[in-house]
Amino acid sequence: MEARIRARVNLALTFFALLFFVAGSSPPRQFVISNAERRIDLSSHIINVHLTLKVENAGTRSASEVVLALTPTEVDHLAMVDASAIKGKRKKTTSVRLEVKPTELPDAPPIDTKYFTIYLANPLNSGESTTLEVLYVFTHFLEPFPAEIAQSESQLVFYHDTALILSPYHIKQQTTFIKTPSTKVESFIRMEPTNRVGTEIKYGPYEDRPPYSISPIHVHFENNSPFAVVEELVQEIEISHWGNIQVTEHYKLIHAGARHKGVFSRVDYQSRQSSNGASSFRYLLARLPPRVHSVYYRDEIGNISSSHLRTDSLKSELQIEPRYPLFGGWKATFVIGYGLPLQDFLFESSDDKRYLNFTFGCPLIGMVVDKLTIKVVLPEGSTDPSPVVPFPVEHHLEAKYSSLDVVGRTVVVLEKKNFVPMHNSHFQVYYSFKPIFMLAEPLMLASAFFMLFVACVAYIHIDLSIRK
Amino acid sequence: MAAPETSTAAVPTLYTNNTLRNAFGGVLSFFILLLIGVMAFSIRLFSVIKYESVIHEFDPYFNYRVTQFLAKNGIYEFWNWFDDRTWYPLGRVIGGTVYPGLTLTAGTIWWLLNSLNIPLSVETVCVFTAPIFSAFASWATYLLTKEVKGTGAGLTAAALLAMVPSYISRSVAGSYDNEAVAIFALIFTFYLYIKTLNTGSLFYATLNSIAYFYMVCSWGGYTFIINLIPMHVLLCIVTGRFSSRLYIAYAPLVVLGTLLAALVPVVGFNAVMTSEHFASFLVFIIIHVVAFVYYIKGILSPKMFKVAVTLVVSVGLAVCCAVIAVLIALVASSPTKGWSGRSLSLLDPTYASKYIPIIASVSEHQPPTWPSYFMDINVLAFLVPAGIIACFLPLSDASSFVVLYIATSVYFSGVMVRLMLVLAPAACITSGIALSQAFDVFTGSIKFQLTGASSNTEVDAAETSSSTAESQTDAVKTEKPEETAKNRPSRKSKKKEREHGEKPSTEAKAEKKRLLALPLESSVHCVWAAAEAYSAPSIVLTSRSHDGLHVFDDFREAYAWLRHNTDVDDKVASWWDYGYQTTAMANRTVIVDNNTWNNTHIATVGTAMSSPERAAWEIFHSLDVKYVLVVFGGLVGYPSDDINKFLWMVRIGGGVFPHIKEPDYLVSSLC
Repeated sequence: MEARIRARVNLALTFFALLFFVAGSSPPRQFVISNAERRIDLSSHIINVHLTLKVENAGTRSASEVVLALTPTEVDHLAMVDASAIKGKRKKTTSVRLEVKPTELPDAPPIDTKYFTIYLANPLNSGESTTLEVLYVFTHFLEPFPAEIAQSESQLVFYHDTALILSPYHIKQQTTFIKTPSTKVESFIRMEPTNRVGTEIKYGPYEDRPPYSISPIHVHFENNSPFAVVEELVQEIEISHWGNIQVTEHYKLIHAGARHKGVFSRVDYQSRQSSNGASSFRYLLARLPPRVHSVYYRDEIGNISSSHLRTDSLKSELQIEPRYPLFGGWKATFVIGYGLPLQDFLFESSDDKRYLNFTFGCPLIGMVVDKLTIKVVLPEGSTDPSPVVPFPVEHHLEAKYSSLDVVGRTVVVLEKKNFVPMHNSHFQVYYSFKPIFMLAEPLMLASAFFMLFVACVAYIHIDLSIRK
Repeated sequence: MAAPETSTAAVPTLYTNNTLRNAFGGVLSFFILLLIGVMAFSIRLFSVIKYESVIHEFDPYFNYRVTQFLAKNGIYEFWNWFDDRTWYPLGRVIGGTVYPGLTLTAGTIWWLLNSLNIPLSVETVCVFTAPIFSAFASWATYLLTKEVKGTGAGLTAAALLAMVPSYISRSVAGSYDNEAVAIFALIFTFYLYIKTLNTGSLFYATLNSIAYFYMVCSWGGYTFIINLIPMHVLLCIVTGRFSSRLYIAYAPLVVLGTLLAALVPVVGFNAVMTSEHFASFLVFIIIHVVAFVYYIKGILSPKMFKVAVTLVVSVGLAVCCAVIAVLIALVASSPTKGWSGRSLSLLDPTYASKYIPIIASVSEHQPPTWPSYFMDINVLAFLVPAGIIACFLPLSDASSFVVLYIATSVYFSGVMVRLMLVLAPAACITSGIALSQAFDVFTGSIKFQLTGASSNTEVDAAETSSSTAESQTDAVKTEKPEETAKNRPSRKSKKKEREHGEKPSTEAKAEKKRLLALPLESSVHCVWAAAEAYSAPSIVLTSRSHDGLHVFDDFREAYAWLRHNTDVDDKVASWWDYGYQTTAMANRTVIVDNNTWNNTHIATVGTAMSSPERAAWEIFHSLDVKYVLVVFGGLVGYPSDDINKFLWMVRIGGGVFPHIKEPDYLVSSLC
């Protein structure tokens, strides 16, 4: 509670600081945003902010770098930012993905503001305008209040933001829509014109706001969607050229919502489901690739019997239930493992290399993964591994000794922090492999048995006794 | 009938014929043994197939945890391990209080596999240790019975042991308890003892001591060996069967075995100081006296010998009386007469229920019921008497040992249901002998009916001692090739059979079919017992209802919750049954556990459990307890919950704290 107040004070101070320094700012000022529309989706614990900006070059020179501004708290919780340019009119629109990079503006006055620069595909000439769509994804951004709830209570959370879009540019007209998961909204700060219809709160339109203008607001609303967070996910993908890919996923799951208070009554939970444990969750759904086989779901003390697997030709769905329903602050760990046919994921590239094409992501639906580690275990004897991932990740190499290995297998380790489902995409690991290595282990076994038999034959025929 | 005087012309052909058939028989029995091993292993996998590869019940969880520690920290850390996760606030010195055999065995297997880069988890190794060792045990049974009554009896006994329900109940996959390896060690020690007795080889005597050492490492039941073998030695001496072979079989075992046993921390000086071991020392003295007497007898003339005997006996008796008086005084001065509670309850079955409620409260320490005999050894119960008779035809050193073994184990199994396990191998051996002898008689009858009284037999001169020289029959026509190998009766019994005359072939065939049906029927029972009765891991419960199978996994749910959602140093109080599981599965500190070494501590928990809330809170608070684990089975009708155990909490609590009185908790006193 105290921490929460302190956080708010800090936030307010930041805003003051921002306002104070507005006058002296001098980022590239040639752009003017003629129209901005922001849609904030608060229906789960992953917050999606869709920002549509109509950017006009009001300067004299042509420019290609549009700067976005975010407060430090936003940056701390930012999982991804994605921008695309909208081309065409009306129904024939196409979007082109643009490169976004965090930047430092040396002479930018508001101390704590963080910037991202969008690099336009074509420089915008003076007087021209373009439409940009920006997606921000925030995690761990909703603050439960009250911070502890009993089993029968539902979970209320705070969302803090500003009614005006923080931007280094002059914004001529802007509107913000906030979508809440239900109509149960305890309170929200108004800034006229503001109106609320159903599950949507509309701020604006506001006209002609100078750069860096803000206006703090908060929304206090009910959100009972599962605040399921995977604190750590280690996914091990082991390739066997004998026809199988074995995937093992170690999960550390936590309910990141309001902490559970008091006792947990199983009887109430089972018998009065409508009024009990609204914010808790029992089921998780994992979407696995098609043709998955030998699926298991266990933890360190044995198999967890509550799981169902449905397979069809396009996908496999594994519904799992942790050993106990998770309430706020409760944790659980478990392992999911499955085998996949090799030919669906391993291919040969043109330069005589092989590559694995696999999904970078967490198969559990709607999960935030604080730390995702993917380990690709290449067959023994593979050389020159090189991963290709569509977004920046940390990577290094390890060695692993599995069944009957002599030199060890190369493991490509990829690490990504603050992973959200929107990141899901394919990645590739290229490596070279000589097929003769496939025979190493069978030959080794065969020769070991041969030696054993030879030893037996020798032992039988050698007379070691001293007496005759 | 044996024909060492076969004509010289026939020797080469017969010789080659014989070696070929010997080789064939050897290979055949090798493959039969292999199949028996596979059967012993696979019949124990029902629990893995029906449930999962998981450690069962209570004690195995402790052993599993110890093995994990061993695998992680190595052997030296293991010996010095002081466990502060249990018996809070006392703790427990694990390295000095466990029988390390099982743990070291599984730890070694795990280490070996991992050094070959075969990545099996410690859990997997632990789960499959028991089935692997039951295959070993059936091979050891083969060896033992072969020493006693020949290959045929050996194979039959091995096959019976592989599937005897009593042993299955203790060695299904996941039942990772001391008995899993101890039964193998027991049988193998007995085998080496008999082998030494038959050969008089010091090599086997040394091996015997080592096997005995392994047994001491594995199980507290080693005292059975160290009492049974002296008993047998005494029996041999009394019946005038003393020989140098007996001396070699016994004396090194006592000296080496005792020295080795004292190396095991949990035994230590108990190996020479407790009454369980006195019998062996007494017999050790006696055998030396007897050996000395035989030696003197050899030197002196019969007349001189008589004089010497009278002299020595009169002096010796006086000395013996004095020594025995001192011994008795020493033993009597100790409160338990030098016997541990568990051993005393073996000698006096009513001892535990009178004095030690904690031993009496364990269900496996109760005397068995008659149906449990039929359940656990099934048809063997009827074959055992026949086997005992077969052992007397003729009585050798080895077969007298089997008779003694079965007699004592029948007594022990009658005292404690747990010791049914010791009876099982004995029952298998005697039944194996009975079945194989019966088959011999019948196949012999059929053969002689077919071929007439031709003496187409050949002596296999390779085998050992005088009484058990083996002979082989030629050209036996049987439906099953297995019986070829079985068909190796001893010479004497063969002669007897001849004297009694042969039964008509048809009758013999019918009898044989009837006899074959017996083990077949029993094997159906064994498979049923393995599949249905003894394969439940007891931490996962299932129930069948009209809409399918229901799984109750509440134990692990509770343990998993404790593991993930309580602080690592929180203390959990529960009745001692759940102690091992809580430390192993939830990784939390417990107050008491299944190693019931401190009665007062358990009584404290019992008192807290049976006190009113306020008093209980104070007791638990004084023990730093943050969570109390109680099992209530009322909703689903689970019978062995804490309500069911409640009276034992009261009794054990009341045993130390007199303000807890059992009658206060009974309904009759309330109304």
